[in-house]
Amino acid sequence: MELVCPAGTPAALRAAVDAGAHCIYCGFADETNARNFPGLNFSRTELTEAVGYAHARGAKVLVAINTFPTAGREALWHSAVADAERAGADAVILADLGLLAYAAEHHPDLRRHLSVQAAAANPDAINFYATAFDVRRVVLPRVLSVEEITAINREIDVETEVFVFGGLCVMAEGRCSLSSYATGRSPNMNGVCSPPEHVDYATEGNDSVARLGGFTIHRTPKGGAAPYPTLCKGCFTSGDKTGHVFEDAVSLDASALVPRLAQAGVTALKIEGRQRSKAYVAQIVRAFRAVTDALDARRAPPALALARLSEGQAATTGAYAKTWR
Amino acid sequence: MQEARENIAIPKILTAPMHVLPLWPVSIAFSQLARKLLRAHPNILNRIDKYQDCGFDLDITDLPFILRLHPVRADLRAFRRNAAPDADARISGSLAAFLAMLHGVEDGDSLYFSGALQIEGDTSAVLALRNALDDAELDLSTEIANAIPLLAPPLRLALAPLEKLTGLHLHRADTTPEVY
Repeated sequence: MELVCPAGTPAALRAAVDAGAHCIYCGFADETNARNFPGLNFSRTELTEAVGYAHARGAKVLVAINTFPTAGREALWHSAVADAERAGADAVILADLGLLAYAAEHHPDLRRHLSVQAAAANPDAINFYATAFDVRRVVLPRVLSVEEITAINREIDVETEVFVFGGLCVMAEGRCSLSSYATGRSPNMNGVCSPPEHVDYATEGNDSVARLGGFTIHRTPKGGAAPYPTLCKGCFTSGDKTGHVFEDAVSLDASALVPRLAQAGVTALKIEGRQRSKAYVAQIVRAFRAVTDALDARRAPPALALARLSEGQAATTGAYAKTWR
Repeated sequence: MQEARENIAIPKILTAPMHVLPLWPVSIAFSQLARKLLRAHPNILNRIDKYQDCGFDLDITDLPFILRLHPVRADLRAFRRNAAPDADARISGSLAAFLAMLHGVEDGDSLYFSGALQIEGDTSAVLALRNALDDAELDLSTEIANAIPLLAPPLRLALAPLEKLTGLHLHRADTTPEVY
């Protein structure tokens, strides 16, 4: 079982490699990747050096070019694919049909993975991507139960990768426009969910208030636990109820389900969090490497205590073990 | 990895004199350190990018003053809380939380989730600064020893007992500090 780990900076990539990641995914410092935040990501030179560091220690590097090119500006995404190949990346992670076609035609030797942003959630969709663009691995959206993943793997010939830890998107991956309503920018087009220039934190009396595009997302007692300022995790009043209307502010932790995911035919386990620090990366990677090592040795996975690294300081198994509210 | 201790506060008996002592020596010392640090790690400014000209208030809540960082000027000045002009962004938390984040022991987002760190003002600028410092893999004890070589020998002797005594993370998590 391969462990695919996030890196938002070269330091985080080295931390992931040193902690035992089999594979690290990262992106360029522009809107070609879905974590386009200030101070984050890699220059071309940094990526080349990072690939060298990883390869020298037996780890692979995947480059996420997983936003959707805008009309008339496709060259930015095309050059990202070429530069990833030039840097020695082991694969690119793509979502857009046009970009997949471009990469398959112009960079046939560069391995292609299908991003979660493509939201391919059934065998027909996955087989189409495999046949049309020779996609070798699909990152499954976080809407599927373990039983559904098993059923998909029976009908496809490509590898599957699933998220096992980190932030959970609302169940419309690749199609989320929530932040567009408040800010005019979205993760899929601009690489930013809740763009930070639209986020405003303020202290009002004894409360900490977070706003996105002028809308109050949540209000917590000063010094209390707080989630990311995203609309999907916001606390709103609807009718006579106040609460998390779209989604609770919790993180995914499927560590206990790893043996079942392996039985379901999954090839790789993905950890979310390219926006997080090297401290997060080192701790999570070390913990999940213990899980994959236990799996290889046919032992039960160790219980992980990762809640303090989680949004809302709490975890869920998400859709893998469906318990809808 | 060591356990997080972001809730440790500096005893008031140690900070009380700072309420009355002048702050200009603190500003000179911190600015000197900031200049040397930014010269030694030029990629910090590259990552901060268009936010280099922003003013960042580092509000270390157990100190009787705040530190105002102005990256492009390599300026790190101390202000009394009620006398500081408005900054572009403010990050508030205990000294223990700041040191744990700077030294790669604690994740900044986790400190924010738990309420140990708070942010106000320009969130983009805060993210740029946080990510730039995280990538720089700083070790404050080594930087101080490099900036003021005279301090290296006493630091070498004092660092481990000081960490044990205070519970603060005074060096990078993944290294043995060079001053040892």
